[in-house]
This record gives sequence, C-alpha cells and structure tokens, in this order.
Amino acid sequence: MGKKQADTGPLSRRPDNSAFKQQRLPAWSPSLTAQTVLPTFYILSLVCLFLGVWLLITVQKTHELKVDYTNAGTCEQCFELRKHAINTGTPCTCSVQFYIPQNFLGDVFFYYGLRNFHQNLRRYMDSRDDAQMVGRKNNLKAPSSYCAPFDYGANKVPVAPCGAVANSMFNDSFTVIYYPTNEPEVQVPLYRKGIAWYTDKNVKFRNPPTNNTFTLRQAFEGTIRPLYWQRPVYELDDTDSNNNGFINDDLIVWMREAAFPNFKKLYGVLNRAQGPFNQGLPSGNYSISIIYNFPVEPFQGQKELVISMVTWFGGQNYFLPIAYLVTGGLILVAAIGLTMVFVKVGKKGKNMEE
Amino acid sequence: MGSLLSACGIDVKKKKVEEERHLRANDREFNLSFKYANNAIKTSKYNVFTFLPLNLFEQFQRLANAYFVFLLILQLIPQISSLSWFTTVVPLLLVLSITLAKDLSDDITRHKNDNHVNNRKVDVLIDGELKSEKWMNVQVGDIIKLENNQFVTADLLLLSSSEPLNLVYIETAELDGETNLKVKQALTITGDLGNDIQKLAAFNGEMRCDPPNNRLDKFTGTLTVGGELFSVDNERILLRGCTLRNTEWCFGLVVFGGPDTKLMQNSGKSIFKRTSIDHLMNALVIFIFGFLAFMCTILSIGNAIWEYQEGNSFIVFLPRADGANASLSAFLTFWSYVIILNTVVPISLYVSVEILRLGNSYFIDWDRKMYYVKSDTPAQARTTTLNEELGQIKYIFSDKTGTLTQNIMTFNMCSINGKSYGEVVDFAGQRVEVTEKTEKVDFSWNSLADPKFYFHDHKLVEAVKLGSPEVRAFFRLLALCHTVMPEEKTEGELYYQAQSPDEGALVTAARNFGFVFRSRTPETISVVEMGVPTTYELLAVLDFNNVRKRMSVIVRNPEGKLTLYCKGADTIIFERLHPSSTKLMEVTTEHLNEYAGEGLRTLALAYKDLDEDKFEEWRERHHEASTSMDDREEKLDAIYEEIEKDLLLLGASAVEDKLQDGVPQTIEQLAKADIKIWVLTGDKQETAENIGYSCNMLREEMKEIFIVAANTADAVREELVNARKKMSPESGDEPPIEKSRFPGKKSQVVEDEKVDGEYGLVINGHSLAFALQKDMELELLRTACMCQAVICCRVTPLQKAQVVELVKKHKKAVTLAIGDGANDVSMIKTAHIGVGISGQEGMQAVLSSDFSFAQFRYLQRLLLVHGRWSYLRMCKFLRYFFYKNFTFTFVHFWYGFFCGFSAQTVYDEWFITLYNLVYTALPVIGLSLFDQDVNDRWSFQYPQLYAPGQLNQYFSKMAFARILLHSCYSSLILFFVPWAAMCDTVRDDGKDIADYQSFALLAQTCLLIAVSVQLGLETYYWTAVNHFFLWGSLSVYFAVTFTMYSNGMYLIFTSFVPFIGTARNSLNQPNVWLTIFLTTILCSLPVVAKRFLFIQLKPTINDKVRHKVRQAEAVPAPLPRKFPRRRISTRRSGYAFSHARGYGDLVTSGRFLRIPVKTRPALFSHSETPVADSIPQTYRTIFEETQSP
Repeated sequence: MGKKQADTGPLSRRPDNSAFKQQRLPAWSPSLTAQTVLPTFYILSLVCLFLGVWLLITVQKTHELKVDYTNAGTCEQCFELRKHAINTGTPCTCSVQFYIPQNFLGDVFFYYGLRNFHQNLRRYMDSRDDAQMVGRKNNLKAPSSYCAPFDYGANKVPVAPCGAVANSMFNDSFTVIYYPTNEPEVQVPLYRKGIAWYTDKNVKFRNPPTNNTFTLRQAFEGTIRPLYWQRPVYELDDTDSNNNGFINDDLIVWMREAAFPNFKKLYGVLNRAQGPFNQGLPSGNYSISIIYNFPVEPFQGQKELVISMVTWFGGQNYFLPIAYLVTGGLILVAAIGLTMVFVKVGKKGKNMEE
Repeated sequence: MGSLLSACGIDVKKKKVEEERHLRANDREFNLSFKYANNAIKTSKYNVFTFLPLNLFEQFQRLANAYFVFLLILQLIPQISSLSWFTTVVPLLLVLSITLAKDLSDDITRHKNDNHVNNRKVDVLIDGELKSEKWMNVQVGDIIKLENNQFVTADLLLLSSSEPLNLVYIETAELDGETNLKVKQALTITGDLGNDIQKLAAFNGEMRCDPPNNRLDKFTGTLTVGGELFSVDNERILLRGCTLRNTEWCFGLVVFGGPDTKLMQNSGKSIFKRTSIDHLMNALVIFIFGFLAFMCTILSIGNAIWEYQEGNSFIVFLPRADGANASLSAFLTFWSYVIILNTVVPISLYVSVEILRLGNSYFIDWDRKMYYVKSDTPAQARTTTLNEELGQIKYIFSDKTGTLTQNIMTFNMCSINGKSYGEVVDFAGQRVEVTEKTEKVDFSWNSLADPKFYFHDHKLVEAVKLGSPEVRAFFRLLALCHTVMPEEKTEGELYYQAQSPDEGALVTAARNFGFVFRSRTPETISVVEMGVPTTYELLAVLDFNNVRKRMSVIVRNPEGKLTLYCKGADTIIFERLHPSSTKLMEVTTEHLNEYAGEGLRTLALAYKDLDEDKFEEWRERHHEASTSMDDREEKLDAIYEEIEKDLLLLGASAVEDKLQDGVPQTIEQLAKADIKIWVLTGDKQETAENIGYSCNMLREEMKEIFIVAANTADAVREELVNARKKMSPESGDEPPIEKSRFPGKKSQVVEDEKVDGEYGLVINGHSLAFALQKDMELELLRTACMCQAVICCRVTPLQKAQVVELVKKHKKAVTLAIGDGANDVSMIKTAHIGVGISGQEGMQAVLSSDFSFAQFRYLQRLLLVHGRWSYLRMCKFLRYFFYKNFTFTFVHFWYGFFCGFSAQTVYDEWFITLYNLVYTALPVIGLSLFDQDVNDRWSFQYPQLYAPGQLNQYFSKMAFARILLHSCYSSLILFFVPWAAMCDTVRDDGKDIADYQSFALLAQTCLLIAVSVQLGLETYYWTAVNHFFLWGSLSVYFAVTFTMYSNGMYLIFTSFVPFIGTARNSLNQPNVWLTIFLTTILCSLPVVAKRFLFIQLKPTINDKVRHKVRQAEAVPAPLPRKFPRRRISTRRSGYAFSHARGYGDLVTSGRFLRIPVKTRPALFSHSETPVADSIPQTYRTIFEETQSP
C-alpha cells in the first residue's frame, strides 16, 4: 500500500489500494436527524435566552445620558455664529444645563457625539498619511497625494498633519460643572489622557524624533498647521507638553475614523480622586460650558455630550440583549414546531419508507 | 529575422496555398524550390523565448482574465480606485501562474515526443547509397527504405517491395485503430526497380498530386516515368503512422512530409466538449454581470442623490476636485462599485472548477474496481472536464460487438450429418453445465493445434480420428472456405488474420481438429490434413456480401477433384440444397434452433462436387463478368448464383459470441437508475435480439417488444405510430415540444411522454434509414424514447452518430455512447460523453473517447458512483461558491447606504484579497473533492439515487435563485447585526470600538465564521482532510489577521497595513464575540430548520437512503449476483458473419482488397442518404417466428 510498484509486471498499472485513492477515507457523516437537531435547538434557545437576560440586566445597570448642545441653551448664538466661515477666528463660549436623574456609579466616561458626520466616506477616509503620522521625517515634509487638497498650504508648505481627516478635527472643549443641592458648584474633574488605544498611542502615532535640544516645534519646522486648526499640532495641549504633536490623545481619537455617520468619541474620564465623585457621578444638576468651535450647520449635523457608564459588556447598548432574547424565543418556537412535526410525521421512520 | 519570427509561431507571410504538389524523385534541388515542409513535426506550441509572451497573450484572450485586467485598469485610476491594486493583482497572478505551469508541463511533454519522433532513424537513398538519416531530415522526393515492423516515416508512394506482386502489408492501428492487416501494391513500373540501389538512385519519376489534405481514403495523382503517365491512387500510398508487417523491405518515395502528412493533417482537431453545467454557468455569469451592473446602478444613483443632498454641504470638510459635481461623482462611483462588487462575478470559480474536475478524474483513474486485471488496464479519464456530466446520463448508446460482448468467438457446437456435438453429457445422459473445471478435449496429438482452443465434447475428436468422411469434409470445408490470412513466424506457430472473429474461430476449430490451414497463395491453399500436408488449387472465391450472406470457394484437390465449398446463413443455404439433403436439413434445423436458443451464431455448411467441363464453361463466364465494366457486382452475383445450387448439406457450426462479464447485471442496474439503453449494432436483427435478451435489455416481462421492419417510408411511419399509440393511447400527433424561451431558437426540445409499463423496440437498418429522415425523425424519437430499451440493427457508423445526434438535439438529456471499434468513433464523438472500451478492436475508439476502461460492467461504477459523486460535488461546490461570494459582496451593498454610497469597502483590503484565495479556497475544494452522501455500495444498492442528476435537481437556475435569496438573507444578518451591536457601543474600558477598522474586522470575522459553518452544514463526509482544511483555514485567518495587524508589519509596510492593533483591541471584547455568535446562529439555524423540515415532510430518495444507512450500521451485504437464466426459446439466432466483404478479391487475383471504409467520421460522407447504404432485406419479426413453431 502506498508503495510504488515496479514499472513492469502483469499488474504494473494497478492503482494503489490506499484509502485515499479508493475514496474510502474514514469519515464522520453527521446528518440532520431528530436526535441531533432537536436537542441542539433546545440547548441553543436556552443559551440565547440566558445570554439575553444576563445582558439585559447588565445593560440596565449601565446608565447613559446624552446632552445635545448643538443649539441648546446659550449655544444658539454660537451655532448661528459658526454658520459663517468668516467668524472662524471669533471665539464663542456657551453653556447648557442638564440633569442627571440617577447616580452613575463607578467609572464615568465623557464622549462627544456627532450626528450625520460622514467620517466613513471613501475619499475622506483615504485623505490621511499614516507614514507622516508615524513620525517619518521624509513623509513629514512630503505628505502623500491622498491628502490633497490638504497636503500643501500656500507656497507649497507641507501641512502637518495632512489630509481631510486631520483638518476636520473636532475642536470643541467642555467644562462640566456639578451643582450639588446644598453645596457650591464643583467642576467635574476629567482625565483627558489615556483615552486612545494603546497601540495607536505608542505605535501608530509617533512624533518626529526630538531630544533635549531639538524641540518638537523645531521638528515641525517647515510645516504649517491644517487649514481649519487654530493651533499648530505641536501646541495642541498647552497643559502637557508630552501630549503634543501627533501623539496628542484627542488627535489620535479623532483619527480613528468612525464606521457610521453617527458616532461618539471619548473626550475624558471622570477623575474619581476628588470629593463628591469618588463613587462616580452623583445625580443632580449639571451644566457644561463649551468652547464652541466646531461647525455642524453645514452638514446638518448635531453635536452632543454623552456621559456613560461602562461594564464588561461595554456601554449601554440594548441591541444585543434584545436580539438574544428574540433569537432565543424564535429558536424555542422553531424547536417546538420541529418537535411537533417530528412526532407527527417522522417518529417511527414512516416518512423514510419508500 | 524570418526564422526568429517563425520561431515565435507567427507566420510572417501567409503561405501561398498549394494547389498541386509536384515533385521529382531523387532531385532535392528541384523539390526544394517548392519549399515543401520536410519531415520534421512540431506539435509543441512554444519555445523558450516565446513561452511567456505567447502564453500570456493566449491567457488574456480568455474572458475571465481579460476582465481581471479591465478591473486592474479601473483600479489604477485614482478617482475610481476603491481598492488597492493588490486585491486584483494577487489573484490574477495566482491564476496566471497556475495555468502557466500547466501549459509549460504540457508543452515540455510535447517537445519530448516531437524530439523522440523526429530523431528516429530511417534509411534514405542519398547520392546513390543508403544512409541512415533522422526522420526530421527526410525531404520530399527522397527515396527511403523501410524494413519489417518499422513505422512508415512519411506519406510515401510505394515503389517496390520484397513480396511477390509488390505487395506490402501494413497495420493501420495508429491511424484508424484497426489491427487487421491491409495490403498495398506498387505500380508494376516501379515494382520492377526491386531493391537495386542503382536503379532506384537513377529513378527520376515525376509526381503530381493533390495538395496536402486530411482525407485518409483518397489520393489522386500521376507519376511520369520516362514520358509515360501512370495514375496513382490511394492503393499505392503508405501513410505515416502505419506499420510495415510481414514484408521484409520496401522502398517508397516521400510525397508528403511532417506536417503535410495525412496523419498530422488529421490530428489536433478534437471537438471540445462542454458540460451542461458549463453552459448553465455561462448563462449565469452573463446574468451575474447584469446583476452587478444593476447593483452598481442603484448604488451610483444613491450616490448622486447623496452627493446632491448631503455631499454639497460636506464640501467644507471634503472638497471636491475641480469641476466635479454629483453626476460626475455618481459616474465614478459606478465604476468604483464595479471594482468592489466584482466578487459576484465568479472568476476564481473557473480555476477551482478545473481543479476539482481534475481531482475527480484522478479518482476515476485510481479506482481499483474499474481496473481489469487480465489486460492490466485501469480506467482512464481521458477528458478531465466532463465528470459531473457522468452523473446526469439519461441515454446510453452502446455498440454490441466488443462492448456488450467480448468479441471473442469460440467454436462451441456443431451439427455434422445430423449429429450434434459440443454438449457435455454425464453418465446419466443429463446435460452438464460447462464450467472451468469441465474436462477439456486433449489436442496434444496435433502438433499444430492452438493451445488456447478449448472443446469439451470428446465424441467429435473421436469421430475425426475414426475418419468419418462427413466429419472430415466438415472440417476440410472450414479449413478451405474462408479468407483468413495466415502468418507463421516460426515453424508451427500459426497466427490467423481474420476479417471477422467468427471466421477466425471456425478456422481455428478446424486447425485443432486436424485440418490445419497453413498458408495460401493467390492460387493455392496449403492445408495439413490429419498430419498430411495437402495443397489445394484455389480456383475461385465467391466472396461474401450482405445480400448473398454466404461465401464459397472452388478448389481442386491433389487428386484433381473439383469441389465447391459453401458456408452461409442457414436460410440461404437451405434454399440451395439438393433435394437429397431434405431429411438432413430437418434434423439440422432442429439443431440450429437449439443453438440459436442459446444465443449462438450459426452457419450452415454445404458442398458440391463439380464437373470439369461445366466448371470450365462457368469459369469463362465468370471471367467475363468479373472484367465487365458496368454492373459488375450484379453480374457476378448472378454467375455465383448459377453454380451455388444443388448443394449437399454437411452440417452447421455454432459460434458463441460471449457476453462480457456482468453485462446483464450492469444493464439491470442502469435500467433501475432510469437510464435508457439503446444498442446500435451492425449485426443483423436476429443476432441483436438474442443479445438483447441475453443481456437483460429485452425482458420476457416487458409488455411488448415492437419490431419495426418495413420497406417503405410510409410503412415505417405507420409502425412507429402504432407502437406509440399502443404505449400511450392518448399521445397526440404533434410532438409535445417544450416551448423555447427564446423565440426563433431552432432547437426543438421534445418532452418526455408518459407510458404505462415497459416496452422494447427493435428497429432494423432499413427502417432506420427511413426513420432518420428529416420528416420522420421526431416520430422515431418519440416512439423510441417511450421504450425502456431500443435496439437498432444493421446500423452504419454514420447512422450511429445520427441517432445520437437526434436524441442530443431534441431531448433535454445527457447522452453517453460506449463502444470499442473504429465504427463507434463517430457516435463516441457525437455524444455528450464518449466511453471507449479498451478491448479487441484497436485503440481508435479509446483515442476519441472521454473515458475508457476495459469492461462494459465498469460503466455502472463510472456512472452510479463516480458520476453521481462528481455531479453531487460539483453542484455542492457551485452552490456553496456562489453563496459565499454573494454573501461576501452583498454586505458591501448594504454598507453603501451608510457611507454615502462612496464605494467604501466593509472589509479590510487584505481580507478582500485573501478571502477567495486563502481563507475559503481549501475548505470548499476539500468539500468538493471528498464529499459523498452515501458510500459506493449504497450507491449500487439504490440506483434510484442517480435520478436527481438526470433531472438537474442539484444545480439549476431555480437553485441559483434560491442561493441568491439565501445570500441576501445572510448578508442582511451579517451586516445589520454587527451594525446594530456596534454603532453605539464602546469597549469595556470606554475606548472606541465603533470605528471603521474594528467594524471591518468584526464584519469579516462574522462572515468567515458564518460561511464556514455553512460549509460544515453542506459537508456530509468529514474526512480528516476536511477537518484539516476547515480548521486550518480558520486558524490561518486569525494568524494572518494578527500578523497583518501587528506592530512590526505596520512599521515596515506603513501604508499597506493601516489596521494596526485592531485585532488585539477588538477581538478581546466580549460584545464582539457575542455578536459573532449571534450572527452565526442567525445564519445557520434557519438552514438547519428548513432542511430538517424537508427531510421530515418531503424526504428525497437521498434522505431515505441515508436514513437506511444509519439504521443498518453495518455495511450492506454485497449485491447477490444474479445468474442469467438459461432461456429456452425457439428464437433463431443470427448467422456468423458480421463483416462486410472478405479478402476474396485479394486471395484469388492477387489484387489488393478494397479497404473497408470504417475509419473516421469525416469519411462517411459517401453515404449522405442512409438509404443508399442499406440494401432491402426482409426480416421475419419475432411474432412470425413464435407463431410458426
């Protein structure tokens, strides 16, 4: 078997008697019998129902609050102001009041949300240069053609970071203030760092090489800031010089383009080290004051602040729990139906007679 | 330069069309002026330099590859390019290189063969002496010397030979597959040259003849020698490809060399067969193109609307190029989506289909159960592209001789002077079944006996030894009255070259019983009679033909006595007997009936002593008739008729035409599988009927067997209509023609009609000729297709092809033709699938067949096991392949609605590149190579399992539509569940996960797992290989994904792998896995539920058998072998002549025989009207016979 036979002799052309060549390989032939199908259906339906219930409980313990500030509160004026591009330089600040009905226990996350902003347009998504943002010196001065028309500014000065994505970076900033019932107002402290993926922060985005004498500013010499930006990339964060350049957390978060036109991106995490917030975010009255820079009127978009708790399951998303409950239910119904059919028709194998 | 170009395979200047070939012997200079091709042949297509460009050029001519290139060009336009170039280039390169490798290995083989042939040596006459030359250096006009058993080097004009009368014997096996020897004769003028080298070197004959052509049977030309003109025809030409036999040497003048030879002109024009699935696939591909255009149109309209409504306001963030507006954007988007959605067009499908067809062909080659030990012949799939068609056969057209029967004739019984010999009787006088163990007659007393000849009745030998004059006369007749050519290589080792195996059997029988036919010249026959060498003077051979149905010889024995010996069909002989033989005739008739009942082929033998005077007188008139110019045949027949009368009966011989092993069982199995079998045979009606019964085609329990044997067109039509009305009274006059969906399409497809019960139909050659005419063929088709078994007798090769063509054209059914001889070639080539039996009659049938094996019984394994599996696998493959690609593609379509129809892909580009090539390629090939619903034994047990293939149930337009819907459902699940689960959620550490890259990873993982589960549901037969492929592919997916998204890869290929870290960051999230689990369940469970319901409510035969398999845990016992019952019947058997004309002409006059025209289909053009071929014959029907006891 398997051995090559001699080339001559009366049986020289006889095929090998191997299981493979004779198509007799040992095999497992499962088939859809009642013994296999019905238990599978019942078990799967139970699994789905169980998962559904578990997830539902989990999600119900997760609170989320969305505050749309597009033109709410005092932001009406800012909204009007940002309608026209001439006023880009004019600062505008406004604030919106909101109420948190229940305590947000544990870690609380603050997101900014945009609606109807298409970060997933093909040309928009392509309009970036990863090689530039990984800090390669050559690419810094010679942005990819994909970035056009945001690749070079006037006089052919390269833009850093180039491209439409970076150019349209979200640039509102928030200050959240808590109004305890009997106490003076407190600013809600936010961590604004550690909000990006580890891999993005450490691998995908890197600054051009610097050292003690060669500053970031010098590294970026010969480039200009993107058209819509008010500050150059090396001065994005005036509080922490290590958070400047391509490794700025807000920039990184923005550069991870959303898959859908409605999305939210992490802005900050509640710093629970202080006073009233060590359990989380207490219920009560709050306000946000917004430095309103980002225009949404052109694309009929909306902006919101999302405050959310997070569990092992992520944020508050009712889809999966409900989907599992519905699926489990459907499978159960199907299983019962199939059982009935089987009992009626196929139990004694009558249907299998010729 | 010219040589370079011609080396590149490009003919610079179109060769002037040669109108006449003109050449002069021994004058190279003169001949070279015409630039005739020399004898080198080139079947290879490429050389080292041309291979790459030429092969690529050919490949890009294929639609699939051209489409790839078109896509590639689209992708290079930045405004359109929605995918990176590598998504197209990688698959294209893979496909191209696979084909390239295959073509390369093919061409290397061809080069080797060419070199081998071109470097053969032959003796060429150059400058007055014989020199050994390579074949390739032989030029037109050279004179070459051939020796015995050498291949003929080129197409030669025979000049002279060593044999008397300048005859040469050649074997044409390589050319037309016939192994019997043929004779060619040189012109006397050249024959006189002999082997005198000087004369030959001085020979300066000029030859003019036809330009090179491919007609093997025709040659016209003239030879001018010394101012005298001689006509040259085909009889003086030796064709390349033949082999010289029994001839010491011969000289020939090269007329056509190398590519101009008829052999080469005939090769390479094989018909390319395509399966019905191929046709369906082509139709589907066109539909898919349309569907693709439709989807792209929708999406581009969507894009126009979006750009108009929203895009305009998004310009702030994403400025448009100058002059771009919504409509331009929509136009570009259309093409971008053509690129993205191109995966619906199954380009890689073709490659995979080829691979799995090849695999299934190998399984046929490897099958031990189709290997014939006795001749060491395995089955062979000669065409590797038709396998799945084997699972859809509805009609089998079979040759009889050599296919159903072994074409080994054995002398079995005889009746001599009213005494029957051949039966073995035990002591009690009971007849004993002859088996292997039965004692054989000892022929050792006869040193010239053929050791392979067996006979079991001792009485006959005793009778011969005792010197019974009748018995001796009987065998003397057998030894003298025939046209067999003997060959005695060494003393006592005799070989007979017989035109028909019957004759061989009879002469061999005579040989063993002491009347050894030893040698013959045109005038004499030398026989060793009971050890005494005797020479008879051969005075006349009254040759066989189909009207006479007898042959006679007139010989003078050494004592000077004149005798006419005659053998022929019993009915014919009995009419010409002397009244004194009447009594003997009655006894012999009884014996004949007995033999016929056992399916033996019989001949009656008679003789007559002649007067010298009368004979002389007859001889003169015979000479007159044989030289007359007009109506020679008729005149000769009349002359023969005159002398063949008042014969004295000697007895009758019975030759057994042995059925091949397992033929009845095979036919029964195939009938159970609802395959209709038509036997098309050259035999006469009685013989064919008998074989029909003995091989179980015609059965006693059939309701009726119709015999169509009429002599006029109207009568034939009437008999056909009557038969049809009997089978189905309500069937109308107009054939039920399926309405063609394309008006104006010519083909009329006749639907099947309902019949109550089984019927058989026998139609004789003459009626068939009428029935095949244009106005009656549909009538024939309707009647014949209602019958379970059809036997057509006396069919010419052309008619065989016509019958097959008729069914092929008007029935929506797959046909298979099986045969072994050159006369089956036409039908083998015509049918959807041709099967050749590698048996007795040479290789011609095998060479033109698609599948070949040694025994008819392997057909059931080929169809019921291999064919069925191949069909099943192919359909499963196609269904699954379309499913996975459609599902893959539709997800893009849905995403279009969320990304502003901007032709953004859902998946990572690398995933798009590798999805078909790596992640899903092997599992689906594993599925379609190894899957079997039930094993081979169960397939035999339930031939009904074959039916779905015939009805095209597993893959049709309907099935395709279902796949489309299924894919649509799956893609909805696979897009919207991840969308809903992800659009508003975050990771467990609050960070982003609703980003594009995470979503792409999630969507592609869901997709891959869902289609893998679907593959699992399709798989019935999980071998280790399947497991390995499936799990392996999934692991490879994760391995590749993690590698591709790793830091290292990103730092090296920054702009090609932007998905850095995505796998690590999202595949560690529980909600991602929960989503994958949910999509998998939602995709697969409905399929399971639906299948389970169908199995319960409407189980197919397949489900039922699988149920039985589960119940019978042990494998079923092998089928009980049924032995065919011995049929006791009075049906008269056929007589033992199956050939056309004998060697009579040659034997007597030294003129060579007319070569029977049975070579290539193209050559049958002489009988355009089938009627012209068949001579009116009257046959008794079975009914008449059964009525007259």
